[in-house]
Amino acid sequence: MRSAPFLKSALAASFVAGASLAEEIGDADAGEALFSQCKGCHQIGASAEDRIGPHLNGIFGRRAGAHEGFAYSKSMQRAGVDGLTWTAETLDAYIENPRALVSKTRMSFRGIKNPDDRANLMAYLRDFSDNPSNLPEAEPTARATDHDLDPEILALQGDPEYGEYLSNECLTCHQADGSAEGIPSITQWPEEDFVVAMHAYKRKLRPHPVMQMMAGRLNDEEIAALAAYFKDLD
Amino acid sequence: MKLNRRIFMGTSAAAMASLSSPAVLADGHGKPRVVVIGGGAGGATVAKYLAKDSKGEIDVTLVEPTRTYFTCFFSNLYLGGFKDIDDLGHTYGTLAAKYGINVVHDWAVDVDRDSKTVTLAGGSKLPYDKMVLSPGIDFVDGAVEGWSVAAQNAMPHAYKGGSQTELLKAQVMAMPEGGTFAMVAPPNPYRCPPGPYERISMVAHVLKANNPTAKIIVADPKDKFSKQALFQEGWANHYAGMVDWIGSDFGGGNVSVDPNAMTVTIDGEETKVDACNVIPAMKAGRIAELAGVTDGNWAPVNAADMSTKADADVYVLGDASQQGDMPKSGFSANSQAKVCANAVRGALTGSKVFPAKFSNTCWSLIDTDDGVKVGATYEATDEKIAKVDGFISATGEDSATRKATYEESEGWYAGITADMFG
Repeated sequence: MRSAPFLKSALAASFVAGASLAEEIGDADAGEALFSQCKGCHQIGASAEDRIGPHLNGIFGRRAGAHEGFAYSKSMQRAGVDGLTWTAETLDAYIENPRALVSKTRMSFRGIKNPDDRANLMAYLRDFSDNPSNLPEAEPTARATDHDLDPEILALQGDPEYGEYLSNECLTCHQADGSAEGIPSITQWPEEDFVVAMHAYKRKLRPHPVMQMMAGRLNDEEIAALAAYFKDLD
Repeated sequence: MKLNRRIFMGTSAAAMASLSSPAVLADGHGKPRVVVIGGGAGGATVAKYLAKDSKGEIDVTLVEPTRTYFTCFFSNLYLGGFKDIDDLGHTYGTLAAKYGINVVHDWAVDVDRDSKTVTLAGGSKLPYDKMVLSPGIDFVDGAVEGWSVAAQNAMPHAYKGGSQTELLKAQVMAMPEGGTFAMVAPPNPYRCPPGPYERISMVAHVLKANNPTAKIIVADPKDKFSKQALFQEGWANHYAGMVDWIGSDFGGGNVSVDPNAMTVTIDGEETKVDACNVIPAMKAGRIAELAGVTDGNWAPVNAADMSTKADADVYVLGDASQQGDMPKSGFSANSQAKVCANAVRGALTGSKVFPAKFSNTCWSLIDTDDGVKVGATYEATDEKIAKVDGFISATGEDSATRKATYEESEGWYAGITADMFG
């Protein structure tokens, strides 16, 4: 899929000279590759749904924190109420350093420093907004739930009360209010994503040593219980 | 749908509940009363979880002398200039206002386990049904020849957060050009195993920027230390030629100090120093000894619930406890506090008691964006808290990994302090 290039000229007028901004023509194909960093949480394309993060179809022109049905952090909701709308300029700033723009966002992403990479990524995202391309023609590209986990494990119904006790151990590092400061937010994740992520740590497919260790001694029911508890923690 | 909640309730939870004591309701008074002594990582956490989870069913009192608590963890980052002292200070207002904990700013000076009362320095007495002691550490008298608490102004220990940390930093900053910083490291077991070596790294970081010809000598009674390969690699990479670590093999344990003359004598060789950090051998905070629950320097506890071997109604958390394999750390104390809160609440209100799980991770900073970590998980056995699994950062890791580790440690600090005080 190839689309109209994301043009420097579309952005240049509103940009302050000398700032580190995406200035080059974006390449949507390069952006698609970069989107691999995003798709653990965000889906985009015809079959996209809200997962850990909201789906990104139609992100351009969307008011921040306003996509119906997704539970945003309070700070993202406030940013939207204060008037933040996703444009090339605001998305560029957000992708560069999420917490610099929305200080307590639950989006646990360190940001993309390279302006060219940001331009490429935005060119890709742009393909899924109303203009220039039509959404139904877009291919389903992102599948956050790529995994080979046993369906029986995914079907386990967790006990949130047990999850609350087990969560005490998580809350030494992960904050109950969803703040993400160097350690990701784990509140309000869809249960399936939570379970898939924890089993990926348990099987050492995901690389983090602390999480491999913590997940390593949780059994299937305990992981389900944690997923059930954190799903509704606000 | 598989109904695992039912399966769970029918088996493990019920079995677990039957192992715990039946609900003991307070005799002759209203709500059951828990007195927690010490408002650090163990005490603040256990008080918060007891109050939060019992939803008002338990009367929780927290006794802590300081109104602003300065964490000992991360104090080295203040020494290194990565944190302001105010970043490390925390207050108890939320514990009182949000969770209804009775926060008493006073010293606990005596415990009568027969009448189940705690006496405060102010004179009043607090009755308890269960008491949790989390007093941290004190120093063993005479552990370093020539040093006593009276000398801590000339040669700070800086091993309790706050004014001592500020004093040590001021002394490092005032060192003459090319001067000598000495550390007398503690013998095992002690609070925060990597702490002295992270401190060396942070002092070296400050001296490299301000006083690059200065020297650091470390007299150590041990022949090895926590994260040794990582620290020594880091010292060679960042502070080449600056740090001289003298382990026990070279007489590092044969040390005396003279705080008036500002000299340190290691294995018979006297050195004039410009700043000296003496970290003596440690023991449980004094109140544990006064309560009569210590054996030697520490308070032996049962791994399943942190109750003391001496008294089933007295619990000891964190550094002061002798529990088995966990290091003495803020993370460990916080982890033990959650197990303890669950057990105490079960004993007092009949709530479900879940199996004990413990964990710990210690992050250390070697230089800017060069963070390392070590961690483990633990379980309760009949004899002790026993290690299950662990990991440690590798030597030679790339800079992105080390930077991410440091950022993670900052996230942990925000997380644990929110967990304790928020």
